[in-house]
Parts: sequence; structure tokens; C-alpha cells
Amino acid sequence: MEKYKVVVIGGGPAGLAAALESFKNLDDKKVLIIERDKFLGGILNQCIHPGFGLHYFKEELTGPEYAHRFIEQVMENQIEYLTETHVIEITPQKEIVAVNKKGLKRIKADSIVLAMGCRERTRGAIITLGTRPAGIFTAGQAQRFINIEGYRIGKKAVIVGSGDIGLIMARRLTLEGIEVKAVVEIMPYSTGLRRNIVQCLNDFGIPLLLSHKVTKIHGKYRVEGVTIAKVDSQLKEIPSTERFIECDTVLFSVGLIPENELSKKAGIVLDMRTGGPVVDNTFSTSQKGIFACGNVLHVHDLVDNVTLEAQTAGRYAAMYSQHPELFENNIHINIVAKEGIRYVVPQKLNKNFVQPFVLRFRVDNFYKDAIVTISNAGKILMKIKKSILTPGEMESIEISQKILSQLDFSNDIVVSLQNI
Amino acid sequence: MSRIYDVAVIGAGVIGMSILRELTRYRLKVCSLEKMEDVAEGASKANSGIVHAGYDPIEGTKKARFNVEGNNIFADVCNELDVEYKMIGSLVVAFDDHEINVLEELLQRGKRNGVKGLEIKGQEWVFANEPNLSRNIKAALFAPYSGITNPYKLTVALFENSIQNGADVIFGFEVCKIEKDGDYFVVHSADSRFIKTRVLINCAGVHADEISKMAGARLFKIYPRRGQYYILDKPEKMPVARVIFQVPTEKGKGILVTPTVDGNVLVGPNSEYIDSKDDTATTQEGLDEVFEKARKVLPNLSKRDVITIFSGIRATPDTHDFIIEEDEDVKNFINVAGIESPGLTSSVAIGRYIAEFVADKLNAKRNLNFNPYREDIKRFSELSDEEREEMIKLHPTFGNIVCRCELVSEYEIVEAIKRGAKTLDSIKRRTRAGMGRCQGGFCLPRVMDILSRELKIDKTQITKFGKNSYILTEKRWED
Repeated sequence: MEKYKVVVIGGGPAGLAAALESFKNLDDKKVLIIERDKFLGGILNQCIHPGFGLHYFKEELTGPEYAHRFIEQVMENQIEYLTETHVIEITPQKEIVAVNKKGLKRIKADSIVLAMGCRERTRGAIITLGTRPAGIFTAGQAQRFINIEGYRIGKKAVIVGSGDIGLIMARRLTLEGIEVKAVVEIMPYSTGLRRNIVQCLNDFGIPLLLSHKVTKIHGKYRVEGVTIAKVDSQLKEIPSTERFIECDTVLFSVGLIPENELSKKAGIVLDMRTGGPVVDNTFSTSQKGIFACGNVLHVHDLVDNVTLEAQTAGRYAAMYSQHPELFENNIHINIVAKEGIRYVVPQKLNKNFVQPFVLRFRVDNFYKDAIVTISNAGKILMKIKKSILTPGEMESIEISQKILSQLDFSNDIVVSLQNI
Repeated sequence: MSRIYDVAVIGAGVIGMSILRELTRYRLKVCSLEKMEDVAEGASKANSGIVHAGYDPIEGTKKARFNVEGNNIFADVCNELDVEYKMIGSLVVAFDDHEINVLEELLQRGKRNGVKGLEIKGQEWVFANEPNLSRNIKAALFAPYSGITNPYKLTVALFENSIQNGADVIFGFEVCKIEKDGDYFVVHSADSRFIKTRVLINCAGVHADEISKMAGARLFKIYPRRGQYYILDKPEKMPVARVIFQVPTEKGKGILVTPTVDGNVLVGPNSEYIDSKDDTATTQEGLDEVFEKARKVLPNLSKRDVITIFSGIRATPDTHDFIIEEDEDVKNFINVAGIESPGLTSSVAIGRYIAEFVADKLNAKRNLNFNPYREDIKRFSELSDEEREEMIKLHPTFGNIVCRCELVSEYEIVEAIKRGAKTLDSIKRRTRAGMGRCQGGFCLPRVMDILSRELKIDKTQITKFGKNSYILTEKRWED
């Protein structure tokens, strides 16, 4: 059985950054990246729009450019990687079974970094009624066909979902000569970034229909249209507001789900709200020596944050592989999301590693002028004023040494939100 | 184009394919005419996949006869054709005294139909064996010989075995006119092809009444009756071990909850008469009805795990029984129509009966070369690691996983194409690529790469299921 210090599963932005950081921190530089696609870079390869790297590189890059910077470093350092290789099993003993055209490989890792990313929710998952003709795509499929393979996927489209991906695809389809009839959003607000609403919809005159849903898909062979309707505050359709939009294409961009089938099989505890593993501030999952980062952990809106998070995970994975004893006798305190906060990552603080870390979280609704507080044992340790908070935007807070030094370790850390 | 056959079967659903396969046991030149690009494109791809025990149909009916006969031989046929069949048993659950009386009637009817092993079980047994069922259930009829199969995979297997044994299946052949020319029927397609045949068998499902009329045969009416379903993601632990039915009503066997042979949970169907024979839309009312009724039996059922919804259409005849007969006026024209539930269970028995009848009529000799065995495609997901390694040595593409949810390899997709799959849906049904929780989000473009390469066609020519169901509309640049 081949042996590695650190094996990273997934060669997208999270996997690349984690592998590089592990590599830097190892004496014995046995690091392996396993990627199921033909190329490293993950989904960034098909994201040819700009806007990546503004925080991390302080310049605006496309997805492939952003990925390329990390792939180059992987090459320069001659970090080992396997492409077109599919991991089919991870055991709690950190054995990996992977398969490719050459055969079945069994690999023993001292530590593993999970970086498998996420998948898209589908038309079926949100129970969209009507027929099942051709012409229904997820945004990712459409992006691949258009940006990588060079095909046009239709003539007239309706986009369901107004997160950043839906907005960016609205612009992309328009630039490819596909008429986007509307972007339909069930919530009363878009979860996309303000700049994307302006640059992708307003600049092209594409209507954004908030509080609307597609109630029916029509068409026998190819999509012939959709019926849309307004929804009330319970998201139930309002009768008599139905109208038909003729189109041959429906594009669903209705959310992402961390892809944790392998994690589940390895017995890793998952957080119902993030869909990813429960981790502590070392990004260690419930299985010792298995770490997680990127969209497999929780869905990010900026790749820059993925990179930073993956670097931390990679650093601790390297540390674990060299000094597993530091991770013995772990004692954790919980970091708990309370009113207004949908989730926090990490969900735990490891008492062996009381070091400054970044707490990432999302709120559960749209808030104006609110205060995020971090408290412990009934004491408020930190207050941050925010003029706007939306579920679409991930928030980050530095937990400094000063705050850590005030902690009462017999109590949870609580993150909550108050209106001003 | 013209071809001359002894027997032609219209419709390549599970009934048509069962008959076709059984016909190849004789020295006859036989074919099937199918308007779509694949088998199982109608009711055979969208039903519950249940192999019924036979306590439902009224004694003396064709439904009762073929159900019980079909159940008896089902396992053997699935064994020959390498199709999954699991005899997991079924329960009809009763919530009150009135329903318990119905169970008693079903038990007696089942006994008269010749169904073995039926028993009414009390609450204690039910909860010990199906702990997730509602505590309001008072009793249940247990049918140990009920089972589950995969209806479209059975149809595909029957198709492949028919081809192996010399039958033709002509796709894209939409019958539009039937004439008589001496001893032969001349059957015309919408795109101006025709074939000649001595015997013509009508298995056109929901359109069988139109075909019968076209042939100048008996007039009857087929009413389309739609049923809607939810498919749930493969659970870590199945919520039920058996097929769970509710007490039947005049509308049919009602909403069931069952494991599928592929490891998903299937919930449905409701029953609604619809105007159009092709209206396979799902509706809010229909799905709400299904969910509510299923919840009554399985209170913990959650929509969170739904991966897709679909509907299928039953071909309900106005005669209230299967129509299986040679026409009185049009000799050598045989209607096999109105085959609603328990049609899947009955299919193999109907096939046998019709083939014997036709062979007798044509004085056909036995085909001594008939091979009843067909091997399924080797599936990555079902092998041990050692077997996988062996297969990769023989076929490196077995190590290239294309569909990550269902672990489908490139080899399986190529093999499906070699066996006749031409569309995305036909690959999905044969290999499960695109049937998992991501519903093709990841593998659809990859399956299209393989289809395009193997069939040597441009990707813009690839369809979901034939006709105008194109995925891509235009190539914008060349690589």
C-alpha cells in the first residue's frame, strides 16, 4: 500500500491551497492530490467570468486564472497528483480506495483533507411541477456546455434562482445570444451580490422577479415554456397571478449542497445546517486526522475565503501527520449559532489549539442595522455593527487572542444577532 | 423499405417485448414496431415495479389468471435474463374494522385465485417487522410472494434477449395506417416505411384502441389514468422492508411505499383520469395527495430526501379486464390491450400465452437455437474491489467513473450503447447514470461525450429521448 503524509481529496481551489500549505509545512513532503476530473482546478475551470481574487490577490481574475496560480505552484513544487481518479472509500483508519483506468489503488495517509466541493440542487430536489422535457439545465451544466465546450443550449431562457451563479449565467447567456426572459426568485430578496445584480441584470435589462416561482414546466420533447406565479410570505403561490412565459430553456440555480457521501461512509459527523462536517478551529472533523475545507465543509460565495480556510486546514493536516500526539485528548467547547445566525464554522474550539481564528457564518434572513455579538458564560466578548446582512453573503469575524484569553472554557461560545 | 414477417408486434413496452421474446422460441420471423427510439418509453418506464401476488383481481378474470401465473414464473424469467427481482413480500394495512373486513375479502379472493401464503397479521407482528409504520394500523394482509423488480430493466432485458434470438425491433416506426393485402397486413409508418406481416399483435398501450380501430378490429376505449410518484434518495436504512399498500378502493390499489431494487424509496401513485394520453405532467394536487396518504402509513416520511418526481399513465380499458384476444372479424389481428396493473406481473405469462397461441395458429416449429439467457452489463457499483480490479485489467474504462452518485463507469455506458442505447434516457435506464441524487448535474456532459464518440455523431444530434428532445442547439466554435 502506498503511503503519504497528507492526501487531499479534490483538486479544486480548496484542495490545491490545502495541498500547497501542507507541503510547505512538512519535512517529508509526501503529499498527494486526487482529482476525479481530467484537470486540476475544479469548477473554477468553467467560471470564465471575472471577479475572482479581489481579496486574496488584490486583483480581478477569472476562475481559470485564479486556479492557474495555484496549479503553477503545485507544478513548481512537484506535488504529486492523480487526475481522472475517483475515490470510492475513505476509512476512519485513513485508508483511501481510489480507482482509475490503471486499476484500484489503496493508499494509506497520515492525514486526509476532504476538499470534494459541492453539487447543485436540481429541479427535482425543489419539486418543480410539470413535464420533463429536454432543455432543463443546472447552471453548472449550462456553464460547462457554453464556456468549455462551446455550444449554445437554447434560444430563450428562464433562470430560476437569483444567487450569484444565476445572475452571472443570466449575463453569460445574454452574451451568447440567448434571450433571458426573466430571473425568477422565490424569496423577496436576491441572495446575490449587489454588484452582480447591477452588472449582470440591470446593465442588460433582464427582469428580476422577486417573490415568484415557476409553478409548471411545459413541453413534451423540448421545453415550450413555464408558468410562473407570485408567492405570498409563506412562499405559497397566489392564485390568479399565474402567467405563461414562452421559452425553450430553463436553468436552475437553486443552491449548492456539500458533497459528503464519502465523509458519511467514513463515519464523520455532519452539521445538518451546513451540510458539511462538524469541525473545530483546526478544521479537524470528528474522525481524528481527517480535515475538511472549502465547499465540502460549507458553501462559500467567494473563492478567496475558500483559499484562506483551506490553507489553515492544510497546515493543521501537516501538523497532525507529523505530531498526532498534539491532537490527543482533544477537549472542545461548542460554538453555537443562536437567533439570527443560521450557522457558524468552525462549530467547535479545540482547547489544545487556543489560537486566533476566523469564524465564518451566515445569517438566516435579510437584516438592516444589526449587531452581531459573541458571548460566553453570559458575557459579551465582542460586538460588531453591520448596516446590511443577507443570507447570501458569508460573514467573517477574527477571533483574536484577546478574546480567547477571556474565555470560560466550561461554557459555549454563542454567536447571535440583535436588531438596533 | 419493405420487410416481410410472420408476426409483428406494435409497441415495445414490457408486454410487447415479453411477447416478442416468447415468439423467438419458435421458428418465426418476428419484429416489433416502436414509435420512440427505445423500448419501455411508455407505461413500462413509469410504474411501481411491483410483482403482485394476485389477491386483488376478481376471480375468473384475465387479470387474475395472468397475475397468478405471472407471479409463479417471474423469478425464473428474471433469473434467465439477469434482472433484479426481490421477493420482499407485501402488506396491505388496515386502520379500522371496516378495512379489516376488506383484508378478509382480499384473503379469501386471493385463496380462490390460487395465491399461496396469504395471512392476516395483527398489530404486534406488523410493528415488530415494520417498526416505522403508523401506530394507528390495526392489522395487515401479508403476501410473502409479492416482490419488486425494475420494470424498464426487465423490458430492456427482454429486448436484448429477443434480438439475440433473431427478432427485429424497428424504432421510430409510428404506425399510421394498417391495410390488408391477401394474407398479409401492411403496416405503414408516419415516415412512409412499411412492413408486411401475417399476424399483427397490438400492444400499443394507451394507444391500443386507436390501433385496433386502424385495423378495422373491435372498438373499445382506453382511458388514460395518471399516477404521480416521488423518488427518494437512497437512505442509510430503508424505512420499510416490504411493499406497503393501503386498502384498495374502486380507484385501484392506492398509494404505496416501497423500497426499489436499486435501493431508493418509491412513494406513489395517485390515480386520476386525464384528457390527454401523453400528459405526464406532475401537479401540486396529485403530489399533495400522494404525500398525505403515504404519511398516514409512514408518519416520518420527509420531502427532504426527494430526488425527483414523475408520473406514469395506466391504460385503463372500458371493459374492466385485460383485452387479450384474436379479433372476431379481423383474423390474425390480436389485441393485447388495456394492460394496466397487474400488467408488469402478468407480462411474462401473457407473452407465453400469446406466443403459444400464435405458434399454434401458424403451425410453427420450435426454434432449437433459442437461448433464454441474457447477461446484464457488469456494474461497477455491484462488484467487490477484487472483481473491480479484474475488470479494469480487462477493460481499463471500467476504472473511469462517469456518474459519481451511482458509481457508473465509462465501460457500462459504452456497453449500453453497443446494446442499442442511443439517447440520454436510454443510457440512464440501462446504467443509472444520471439517476442519482445529482440527477446528471455532473455526468450529463460526460455521457454526451461518450455518446458522441461511440455513435460518431455531433453532440447537437444527441437527444434526451428522441424526436425534438435535443439538449444543445448549436455549435459555436470548433476546438
